[in-house]
Amino acid sequence: MERHVDQELKELNKDILKMSALAEEAIYKSIEALKNRDKEMARSVIDNDANIDKLELAVDEKCIDLIARYQPMAKDLRFITTGMKINSELERIADIAVDIAQRTLEIVDKPLLKPLVDIPKLTAVAQNMVKMSIDAFVKGDIALAKKVLLSDSEADQLRDVIQKELIEDYIVKDGTTAPRAVQLLLIARFLERICDHTTNIAEDVIYMVQAEVVRHHPEKLKNGK
Amino acid sequence: MAKIITKNLNLWYGTFHALKNINSSFEANRITAIIGPSGCGKSTLLRVFNRMNDLIEGVRTDGEVLIDDTNILNSHTDLVVLRKKVGMVFQRPNPFPLSIYENIVFGEKIHADSITRDKLDEIVERSLRDVLLWDELKDRLNEPALRLSLEQKQRLCIARLIAVKPDILLMDEPCSTLDPQATARVEELMRELKNRYTIIIVTHNMQQAARVSDDTGFMLLGELIEFGKTQEIFTAPHDKRTEDYITGRYG
Repeated sequence: MERHVDQELKELNKDILKMSALAEEAIYKSIEALKNRDKEMARSVIDNDANIDKLELAVDEKCIDLIARYQPMAKDLRFITTGMKINSELERIADIAVDIAQRTLEIVDKPLLKPLVDIPKLTAVAQNMVKMSIDAFVKGDIALAKKVLLSDSEADQLRDVIQKELIEDYIVKDGTTAPRAVQLLLIARFLERICDHTTNIAEDVIYMVQAEVVRHHPEKLKNGK
Repeated sequence: MAKIITKNLNLWYGTFHALKNINSSFEANRITAIIGPSGCGKSTLLRVFNRMNDLIEGVRTDGEVLIDDTNILNSHTDLVVLRKKVGMVFQRPNPFPLSIYENIVFGEKIHADSITRDKLDEIVERSLRDVLLWDELKDRLNEPALRLSLEQKQRLCIARLIAVKPDILLMDEPCSTLDPQATARVEELMRELKNRYTIIIVTHNMQQAARVSDDTGFMLLGELIEFGKTQEIFTAPHDKRTEDYITGRYG
């Protein structure tokens, strides 16, 4: 039986997908701007953030409205509350893309410190994790959500490699590289933070689908649950 | 502690199998809600607990219903004693066409051989205080109960039960004729009473079940499909049929 609320839940789903598309685009553009030393693109990421913020508020409002009017239960309730949380994770991800764009603007006019190798790798991991976490949400795919959680260590390792290289090979050896190296350090840190947000999304998806809280319970994943 | 336990409980109205192999356990000092679509057997189950179904012709029951470890389905169960211990509130408040005072002491007069006026006064005050009506009604005790508002009548019916010191309160849609504010006040009363009684409420109002109960049972076509903590039933039910019902996809 199609209920009236089903139509509204579909719309909510659509809005969250739109939110994720905007967040993915922001990450992509912020890194493209860094790679291509493209100030205009970096600025467009910063400018577009207002639209993402606006959509975040709209999605939030829709969730509250659905709860107030329908008093949803069980999986409807889990879908809406999860949608609300994922919405704010996506907004945070978009904010981080803005941070990356701002760091990029700091260094584009200076000579390239080094060819970027690991940062694009970390970017690819982050983008893939965003995509997988949203796919997991859309399809209610627990296996995919768990894959996201397992990918996080790869992101952490890459960040560590980048940090080590920038500190040991540049900042320590030649202090004059520090202003540029620090910006790259921050960008690596930001990318890793994006990955952390995707793991939150993945954990929310697991709760939405099987009503099990894995957040702060890493042992539940190890037990193969 | 389990106050009521049903074991393989079956009930037939003639050839209609109304309760199918119900195994359940109702805890003391908790509110348990029974939900389910019309005709699922929830009121029938409630009426088993004080043998009200006995009044219906052609009813046949088997299995066990243990209240404090005694099977009340035994033929030698004293129904007057049982119904004193297990009281019932109905959908429409049904005070007797007597004064407020007489409504409350009615049961006590039946159950006790002789009782002093002082004792009766005490029971009236205590019972009305328990349902938070004393301050409102203490100067109107001799007025006809039928003149009260619906909410007051329902509270009076609860006071009438409490007067005979039951252990268990059965409530069959106790708020369905009340407005939202009166409903909220009766729910508040239920929460206050649960410290002293075992309360089982049958309700069509899912939000009410979610708000007021500690445990919830979902029934469908005479079966108890799922029984558990209310929080769990309403956020993460195990059975698809429960989920379909509480999310409004069924019934």
